[in-house]
Amino acid sequence: MKYKDYYAILGLQKTASADEIKAAYRKLARKYHPDVSKEKDAEAKFKEVSEAYQTLKDSEKRAAYDQLGSYQPGQDFRPPPDWQEHFGDTHFSFDDLDLSDLFESLRGGRSRAGPGAQRHAMRGQDYEVTANITLDQAYRGAEVELDLSVPEYDEQGFAHRVARSFKARIPKGATDGQRLRIPGKGGKGFNGGREGDLYLNIVLEPHPLFRVSGHDLYIDLPLAPWEAVLGTRVELPTPGGPVQLKVPAGTHAGQHLRLGKRGLPTPRGGEGDLFAIVQIAVPTVVSEPERALYRELAEHSTFNPRAHFAQEMSHANRTQ
Amino acid sequence: MRIELSEVVWLDEQRELTLAELAELSGLSEAELHELEDCGAIAPIDPDAGTQTFSAHYLVLARTACRLRNDFELDTQGLAVALALLDRVRALEAELRDLRARRPDLG
Repeated sequence: MKYKDYYAILGLQKTASADEIKAAYRKLARKYHPDVSKEKDAEAKFKEVSEAYQTLKDSEKRAAYDQLGSYQPGQDFRPPPDWQEHFGDTHFSFDDLDLSDLFESLRGGRSRAGPGAQRHAMRGQDYEVTANITLDQAYRGAEVELDLSVPEYDEQGFAHRVARSFKARIPKGATDGQRLRIPGKGGKGFNGGREGDLYLNIVLEPHPLFRVSGHDLYIDLPLAPWEAVLGTRVELPTPGGPVQLKVPAGTHAGQHLRLGKRGLPTPRGGEGDLFAIVQIAVPTVVSEPERALYRELAEHSTFNPRAHFAQEMSHANRTQ
Repeated sequence: MRIELSEVVWLDEQRELTLAELAELSGLSEAELHELEDCGAIAPIDPDAGTQTFSAHYLVLARTACRLRNDFELDTQGLAVALALLDRVRALEAELRDLRARRPDLG
């Protein structure tokens, strides 16, 4: 079993009072709570902070924790020989225990199934996991495999960390931020209580070409200046395969060309749209014949892209 | 070892949950859900129906409420305010995501 310094996690001395423990927890919970925080690794940090608080806020558990002794964080250790007689309800092996499971067991052993516990039905724990999917998986649907390390309770109600694998069918139409529920795939229920559920939080991985907003997709469409002026047909990638897109003559930069129903499928059987956003790309290297043609174009063209500047400046001059 | 393939349930406006189901799945009590309803955080599909049902997307909100209640020891009024603010943050994030999709130069 690896040691965790619960006091250091909360930024406290071992002599901290109950009020100081509560205040430290509240401060860190506001910073790292996964429902409100955008900090990197917020979920893992909050779990650590919450685990430390769950133990230190309970005077019995805190005493049991203090009696474990002091070690370096991450150091392998075993509780002192008489520790279990004082604090454990029954005999269990420390070999496959995490420190959080040990203290969860102290609580779990009493409340779930241990001596003196009321044997009322208890629903199993829900698990929540992030499932990363690619844009192609969102488009076609996918089967994803999820590996979790979860606490499972034995018949005495003591927690042991076990690896569990799940395979879930993600239906097409699931997009970023979608929550899905798999009934009965959470922790085991107690005393006739039903199993918990597994919740999936879908996260769509970034795509090199497509940007996603809901079920609509956006793609940049670079055009050469002459393609924008004269119009053209281009082959455009879409999640369902390439399509021919007609670019009308006189297309300008920033224009959105809409391809209806070429976006991501929606849960109700519809489809989002795909928008191609026009960019005018200028060659960085031009040959001498090309340069000559540009010069010729410049001489013949009456097009003034800054005509509105002139209007604004003449208005400013009149009002001075 | 062969892993059984599980089918998922959408949590969206098209699925309905009874008040008892919402309570059981979220971890909140029916009384707490009624208080959230009074605060306007959740709303039944048909307020006049004999048996109230709720859109399944409220399960996400109710589970968040349960976590916030447990982790911050919030009362229902505090929960309703926190949920309303989270909802605004999510709406703004969605708007920002949409803008970034349309205008990549906004980074």
